[in-house]
Amino acid sequence: MSIETQLHDTASSQEPIIDVKNLQTAFFTDKETILAVDGVSFAIRPGQTVGIVGESGSGKSVTARSIMRLIESPGRILEGSSIRFTRTGTVQTFATKFDGQVVDVTKLENEYSPAQLLEDPSVDATPQEFDCDHVSEVSLADVLASGYADDLGIIDEDDCVFVTGGTPQNPTDGFVEITRVSGEAKRLMRGGRIGMIFQDPLTSLNPVYTVGNQIKESLRLHQGLRGREATEEAANLLEAVGIPDARRRVEEYPHEFSGGMRQRAVIAMALACEPEVLICDEPTTALDVTIQAQILELLADIQEERDLAIVFITHDMGVIANVTDKVNVMYAGEIIETAGVERLFENPKHPYTRGLLESIPGSQTGEKLRTIDGNVPTPTEPATDCRFAPRCPKEFDECTQIHPELVPVDGEDEDHVTACLLYPEDRSTPQAVEYHQRQARGGEDR
Amino acid sequence: MSQDAIHPETDVETAGSPEEDVMVEVRNLKTYYGGDKPGPFGGRPVRAVDGVTFDIRRGETLGLVGESGCGKTTLGRTLIQLENATDGTIRFDGTDITTLNGYELKQWRRNAQMVFQDPDSSLNDRMTVGEIVREPLDVHEWGTPRERRQRVRDLLDTVGLQREHYYRYPHQFSGGQRQRIGIARTLALEPEFIVLDEPVSALDVSVQAEVINLLEELQDDFGLTYLFIAHDLSVVRHICDRVAVMYLGNIMELGPTEELFSDPANPYTHSLLSAIPEPDPTSDAERITLHGTPPNPRYPPDGCPFSTRCPARIRPPGYDDLDDEVWQAITTLEEILRERMRADRSIKDRVRGMLGLETRYSTIDEIYDEAFGDVRVPSRIEPTLDDVAEHVSANNESDALEVLKEEFSGACQKQKPEYYTVSNSGRRSYCHRHDPEYRSPEQTLDDRHR
Repeated sequence: MSIETQLHDTASSQEPIIDVKNLQTAFFTDKETILAVDGVSFAIRPGQTVGIVGESGSGKSVTARSIMRLIESPGRILEGSSIRFTRTGTVQTFATKFDGQVVDVTKLENEYSPAQLLEDPSVDATPQEFDCDHVSEVSLADVLASGYADDLGIIDEDDCVFVTGGTPQNPTDGFVEITRVSGEAKRLMRGGRIGMIFQDPLTSLNPVYTVGNQIKESLRLHQGLRGREATEEAANLLEAVGIPDARRRVEEYPHEFSGGMRQRAVIAMALACEPEVLICDEPTTALDVTIQAQILELLADIQEERDLAIVFITHDMGVIANVTDKVNVMYAGEIIETAGVERLFENPKHPYTRGLLESIPGSQTGEKLRTIDGNVPTPTEPATDCRFAPRCPKEFDECTQIHPELVPVDGEDEDHVTACLLYPEDRSTPQAVEYHQRQARGGEDR
Repeated sequence: MSQDAIHPETDVETAGSPEEDVMVEVRNLKTYYGGDKPGPFGGRPVRAVDGVTFDIRRGETLGLVGESGCGKTTLGRTLIQLENATDGTIRFDGTDITTLNGYELKQWRRNAQMVFQDPDSSLNDRMTVGEIVREPLDVHEWGTPRERRQRVRDLLDTVGLQREHYYRYPHQFSGGQRQRIGIARTLALEPEFIVLDEPVSALDVSVQAEVINLLEELQDDFGLTYLFIAHDLSVVRHICDRVAVMYLGNIMELGPTEELFSDPANPYTHSLLSAIPEPDPTSDAERITLHGTPPNPRYPPDGCPFSTRCPARIRPPGYDDLDDEVWQAITTLEEILRERMRADRSIKDRVRGMLGLETRYSTIDEIYDEAFGDVRVPSRIEPTLDDVAEHVSANNESDALEVLKEEFSGACQKQKPEYYTVSNSGRRSYCHRHDPEYRSPEQTLDDRHR
């Protein structure tokens, strides 16, 4: 590791490692277009666990799969979305390896201005999409990375490394745009930098290969290890995830493992390529509570050991409370509340989050369980209203006419934001409604 | 606190109030799979339910919890005779239903119905909702066809669906609604007793709450008695009057819900409860993490079923001073050996073993490394461990296990515990530690895990 990356690492506890901006993923079916993820933004930091929680159909898994670039036709990540891998070490590696796909943003800034690009008739974008109030705040990198400039011929379709500091040969600042990586770069990113663990360990393991073989496959592809060396490493990995008698277990098949062991093996596979980010999509939903406790403990140990950033997707509020640092609550493809975990549980603001927490049995004393009536709608049109309004106990007239934006709960603190017309708290409802309208202005026509 | 040993065969409920209106009386019930064929293909049976005794009172909800594979579903299915009991009796209002068959059994089945876990696979996709709910009525030739159709519409109304849903197909409904269809079908014959096999596990939290509310309403309206099988303990805490905790075919603890949740007596109940993640990020409750997985029910331990994983296991006299880490290491070693004994040895391994080549089984040093690592092993147990090592190198795991067992077994591994009454409400727990001779489970767990 170079001195430079080490320097970066020490400062990185606050710097995000992955920055998801305005992610939109849609599925184009014959009948309709389903906006499974509709404008989601959040950041993932090293050593931190970000939780994504919501009912089934809220878009949690599609968000995770978009980050992994696992969306298949008829699904597509839409123009305007940006997922940035910002760790400098990785940017340097990618810039050296794929020198034909590097964009020198500093150089381009002398030729183009963002304002000028946004005015171009072929670019259908507004500053609001980049989370800016005015054109002057939009940076060129934003416009280029989100794919609007492809048609203008400024950058090539397969350009994915954006350098905003230093030279293209030795970048000091920049990012790898995950929505644009393809071919070899995509393979290096997926698995090598971002690992993923799925819900059902039996379906993520191949029944006709031994567990060892499957771990060795990723060791061969990402680390270049072969033969005895690879076997040795595979056994070490199994040992690291707490599988006893690992040397013998390496040569067993998935059906010879119990459910918890299989999930451990899958975690070992994900760790084989030493990723910096681990995405866990309901990793313990199929397991018993006692085994779940073991797996959660294992993940916490691994995170501490390797300073991993973890994205944890689940619908179990208990698990969220135990493992995450920051929580995003999703509903119908949008994040409707984000807060630190303690703050969210202590003081949930959005009526949906409250409903979710209240419907946990066991935590309430009344005779009857409180429920949220109705189901998660499938978003097929860009939102012009609050998508939760039909189920919301606090719904009022404006809810069906105005789409709420994520705003700070108390008007200032960006650490606790929610998308509900009742907030910010310090304003009266009509004022708050107007605030939301102002926030969204210019965004209606997208 | 009274602590009297009770033999499972005797009527245990006398400890509670005898005037309770008992509906189902289960005595020493066993359900084994396989093992009934004589000769070389026989083998050992899988002991899914291994001698359980309990009562279900009229109008109550009895919860049945435990990890997957502990036999809770088999027990539920045996209670309504979807599986044949191997031994023991089930008295339903005085009739032993294990002896019923043919016409009598069919008549009796009107009384006892079941709601299944997965609403996707328990409804026939090719039948309309009306046909599905009407099927039990057709089978039992209830009323005239016109009356049946009317009844189905009423039932749909009862479970919160629309009467017009009669002609729709299951795929047109969401998970929660499908579970409602299953419940309507269950209610068709007006049963008194319903086995609910994980009815809400496949549903989202908010939908789950709706279905639970519905089940509670129905119980009030129709005076139903429920056996509620679940692995989600928070749901059980909400809906059940009494709870039975199962492990490896045995009931470990049975008692009133609130009492059992707030003051668990059995070490297994302790561990299970502490494994539930609390929806409270500030909670700093000490978690007891169980190691390993439950043993194979084909080869259950000789003593207490939980003895292989128990955090409060009784240690043999003379070894009281050994560190917790050493005990942990010995348990790991045992586990590895047991696992190896179970594994099938390939021809390649056998040939390599015969030729004296290195096989993946002969690496005893590595096992030791793994189990003991940097744990300081006291010199007094070293001879025993050397002995074990010798057996393992000779590929003789069963002898090695025998040595370990001989040396390090306490009461838990040697004999089966008895049921002790642990509170005034008649709560029973299956653990040696309730014997006044030993320290109580709670004290032990406090000492070892805090």
